[in-house]
Amino acid sequence: MSLTHFAALLPLDTLGHYLHWHFIQISVANFVVIVLMVFTFIAAIFAPFPGRRRRKENQ
Amino acid sequence: MTYTEIERQWTTRLRRRFVRLLPPEKLLPDTQPTYVSSWIYVFGVTTLAALAVVIASGCLLALRGPQWWHTSSVGHFVNSLHLWSVEIFFFAMVVHLWGKYFMAAWRGGRALTWMTGVVTFLTSIAAAFTGYVSQSNFDSQWISTQAKDGINATGAGAYFNVLNLGQMLMWHIVLLPLAAIVLTGLHVILVRVKGVVPPFEEPVKVSQ
Ligand code: HEM
Repeated sequence: MSLTHFAALLPLDTLGHYLHWHFIQISVANFVVIVLMVFTFIAAIFAPFPGRRRRKENQ
Repeated sequence: MTYTEIERQWTTRLRRRFVRLLPPEKLLPDTQPTYVSSWIYVFGVTTLAALAVVIASGCLLALRGPQWWHTSSVGHFVNSLHLWSVEIFFFAMVVHLWGKYFMAAWRGGRALTWMTGVVTFLTSIAAAFTGYVSQSNFDSQWISTQAKDGINATGAGAYFNVLNLGQMLMWHIVLLPLAAIVLTGLHVILVRVKGVVPPFEEPVKVSQ
């Protein structure tokens, strides 16, 4: 199967989708990437790191 | 050769200086402070790994040329590998830079580490841009004809002509990767020289 079959899974030949908010205009794709980066940043701070021992408080 | 002659040689002096600046145990340490065991520290090396894939896949594209990457399925695959590693590179770099920003990781004489990061970021944007206009398809035609007015308005168009495919390709595959690799190398060496920045001190609790 050639890779062009995969291209048919997503509509790639339509106009791009955009978000408008006053003077701010951003494509949905770029907005999604920014949201994912913010999510990854927050997860990187709060997700427990494997192998890290919990610090015992008040000792 | 006498002892003092050896002492005065530039090779001796340079070696001593390098070893003093970056002894082997600092260059390749075996342990790190406990605060480094957090996911936020993983993004620098993720950026580095993505950059390695970008360079490797770019070299494969250069080997076979546009007829190959536009028409064969393996060519499409390597082209996609190049694009998606760039996406991961920028994604990881942005999370890395947010992390370093909120840690104020320029503290303690690490200003040059931060600044090499900033310049690498700007260089990478230019590298991505010249990549987009080097695709040699309708997308690159559209981008370059849109960009030319903006760049000409700054006056830079006299030296950096986005409609000149040859020039854009040379910037993309020679000058900008070279700059990105050198800057990244410098950045990582600076991190090793200075060591990982310690966290902010917690305010001292006074017991009553
Ligand atoms: C090609 C892009 C880049 C690569 C490959 C890279 C790689 C790295 C690596 C491997 C580290 C050590 C591990 C870590 O703390 O994550 C690091 C540290 C650091 N990076 Fe980057 N980085 C890049 C871009 C940037 C950017 C854009 C900035 C900010 C403008 C930045 C600022 C810093 C700082 C200040 C440190 C030192 C952190 C410390 O001392 O604890 N880097 N970088």
